[in-house]
Amino acid sequence: MDLEVIDKIADRYKRKESALIGILQDIQAQYNYLPKEALLHIRERLSIPLTHILGVATFYNIFTLKPRGRHLINVCMGTACHVKGVVRILEKIERELGIKTGETTADLRFSLEPIRCLGCCSLAPVVKIDGDIYGKVKQEKVSRILKKYE
Amino acid sequence: MNKIENLEHLKKIKEENLKLIFPKKTRILVGMASCGLASGAGEVFQVLAEEIKRRNLDITLVQSGCAGFCEKEPLVDIMKPGWPRISYCEMNSKKIRKIIELLLKGKVEKDWILAKAEEEELLLEGTRRPYPLNGIPEELEEILPYKYHPFYEKQLKIAMRNCGFIDPENIDEYIARGGYSTLYKVLIQCDPDQVIEEITKSGLRGRGGGGFPTGRKWHYCRNAPGDIRYVVCNADEGDPGAYMDRSVLEGDPHSVLEGMIIGAYAIGSNEGYIYIRAEYPLAVQTLRKAIKQAEDYGFLGKNIFNSGFDFSIQINRGGGAFVCGESTALMASIEGKVGEPRAKHIHTVESGLWEKPTNLNNVETWANVPLIIAKGADWYSKIGTRDSKGTKIFSLVGKIENTGLVEVPMGITLREIIYDIGGGVPGRKKFKAVQTGGPSGGCIPEELIDLPVDFEELSRVGSMMGSGGMIVMDEDTCMVDIAKYFLSFLQDESCGKCTSCREGIKRMLQILTRITQGKGREGDIELLEELSQVVAETSLCALGQTAPNPVLSTLRYFRDEYEAHIKDKKCPAKVCKDLITYFIDEEACRGCLVCKKLCPQEAITGERKEPHRINQDKCIKCGICLENCKFDVIKVE
Ligand SMILES: Cc1cc2nc3c(=O)[nH]c(=O)nc-3n(C[C@H](O)[C@H](O)[C@H](O)COP(=O)(O)O)c2cc1C
Ligand code: FES
Repeated sequence: MDLEVIDKIADRYKRKESALIGILQDIQAQYNYLPKEALLHIRERLSIPLTHILGVATFYNIFTLKPRGRHLINVCMGTACHVKGVVRILEKIERELGIKTGETTADLRFSLEPIRCLGCCSLAPVVKIDGDIYGKVKQEKVSRILKKYE
Repeated sequence: MNKIENLEHLKKIKEENLKLIFPKKTRILVGMASCGLASGAGEVFQVLAEEIKRRNLDITLVQSGCAGFCEKEPLVDIMKPGWPRISYCEMNSKKIRKIIELLLKGKVEKDWILAKAEEEELLLEGTRRPYPLNGIPEELEEILPYKYHPFYEKQLKIAMRNCGFIDPENIDEYIARGGYSTLYKVLIQCDPDQVIEEITKSGLRGRGGGGFPTGRKWHYCRNAPGDIRYVVCNADEGDPGAYMDRSVLEGDPHSVLEGMIIGAYAIGSNEGYIYIRAEYPLAVQTLRKAIKQAEDYGFLGKNIFNSGFDFSIQINRGGGAFVCGESTALMASIEGKVGEPRAKHIHTVESGLWEKPTNLNNVETWANVPLIIAKGADWYSKIGTRDSKGTKIFSLVGKIENTGLVEVPMGITLREIIYDIGGGVPGRKKFKAVQTGGPSGGCIPEELIDLPVDFEELSRVGSMMGSGGMIVMDEDTCMVDIAKYFLSFLQDESCGKCTSCREGIKRMLQILTRITQGKGREGDIELLEELSQVVAETSLCALGQTAPNPVLSTLRYFRDEYEAHIKDKKCPAKVCKDLITYFIDEEACRGCLVCKKLCPQEAITGERKEPHRINQDKCIKCGICLENCKFDVIKVE
């Protein structure tokens, strides 16, 4: 792992302790997850106890300590999407990929994670894959959507 | 960019840019907020850009925010000199090519037009700017003006005044519509107490959920001992189903910034924070640009308008934790800590961020501020009800014909929102309830459809204003399932600090789950009520205190539905999987093979033109057959 990348991220925040969440977000944006070496390095640079770093990394839903797949599927579990039957869409994706919510496919192609409202409630049910948002998703469209991501 | 140091300079920019938003040449706006993009606005914009380039057209193409009518997106507004402004809806690349074709011939496609505007109201200045009309296509005569369009007729846009009209990434357009002139007035002509007085008199209450009087909060914070104070904007928007804050930030970020600067001046703060959820990348990006532009013009930074007042704003992205919308948890999170709430015997206005006096307001609250100061408390307090002044933005979603964001005066009835604006429930289904207030709120049944909507009335019927989510439910929504949904949300989101919240919600969820599985027992309802009381009374923060509300309100109005699950092992709305079976009405089945082909379990048998049948042993109740049957022969029992 290139620790200079981590240093650059830390420097951007002037190494303030209060910037920990922002720093972790940027590390995750870089690596898709929070690698152990990166966290150990941050501990040194910011002189923050590892327990504190891990406390933050496990408290906030967006962080993950395990490597994610190449593509991240976020299924919206917000109220509007729930009322519009998103559970069926989620189950369809689970069946299609052979994994449960929160898991990653063995070939590291997809990770499937729930999200609580993407703010596109008018288009419920909503699924986001990487940067693309799909609205008014139907079960029978799921496999075609997934095919776009290799 | 040069810094703007006086009113003349500001006015000059305003005049120049009024020409930009009421141009002498054609201007086309595409609504490109997250909701628009998800509906395909990106592609529409792309096609427009290509056509303009290819044909070498003298047209300004602009990306704007969301005008609220998300159901009809992508929306494209055309402002052609001599014409009223027209809004095309449900655009796609094919349609927009045709529109351009027609536009060049001076024609329109009237069937695709949502509405027209013959004049624009600049609310902030109290002026109207008519579009000079000449040579308009005949078809445009018949188009409904915005102000008579059912979706817009009853709306009054204060917080969303600029959304959809301007390019949110261009500060000049905000200035053109009167932006930052209020800030000038405040910094140069008012003393801080006057500003607080005006906000107090206006009756503005917090739009983030609690409805605390904003002026009073500012007053407490200003008068708290200490020399450093902070001003914070809550853009965590945790209520799943509400998205007005995202829309305001993406469509008109400067209204929030201007509100915050005015507030900071009144409170005596030089440092501000915007805590925004990470799930809104576009809003974060728009805000970053807006802050940069405001800094370049000198509206943020040192010695704003040469008044001697300094103020800066920093953005903090959240981490996807609902509880971080709560004031003390939010402040812990800005400090880089785990977002756990603390007891509030010392209020955050006295000891908040880094133990300094801190004033926290919601996005929509801040966006209201410039207009209130510009138009005066008397003007504002005439809108709304006795104790709830002004307007509120609701996100009207779920089982409703016209989904979108609606900004309406407080006191409007649920019926007006759901039927007049929302167009009722689609598909000849029966309206059942509307959920307001998010996970702290409740479900309001059909009987109360004439309820006037304000803070007090919603609480009185066991729900809440919350942040303005309004999720409409029809006969196919199971109320026990909804209660279970909210508790599973709250179980995930409880920070776990209080035992009663952590364990109590878990226990309640177990009971609800067993009820939906047909394993409910006599006495479960009473047990739920008892647990509700304990959780509500012994939790530290409002998450736990209000967590039982979704259960209590559904029990209050839909007790029979709980009883049907427990006693008859039936789900009247036919949602709970363990209590339903799918079957085919074989008399009516035409044997079209559609469901047979779609069924993921190969549970459906039958030949073409012969009745089909579902093998119950294989059926996983995914519902794909029902969703796709054109002849309506799939039944649920
Ligand atoms: C669990 C919980 C979540 C909350 N989430 C939000 C939120 O996402 N956005 C918000 O503005 N207020 C939220 N609030 C309310 C805030 O604590 C606070 O009252 C509000 O931001 C104050 O601003 P206002 O007076 O302008 O409404 C939440 C409260 C609780 C208890
Ligand atoms: S509830 Fe799914 S996008 Fe808001």
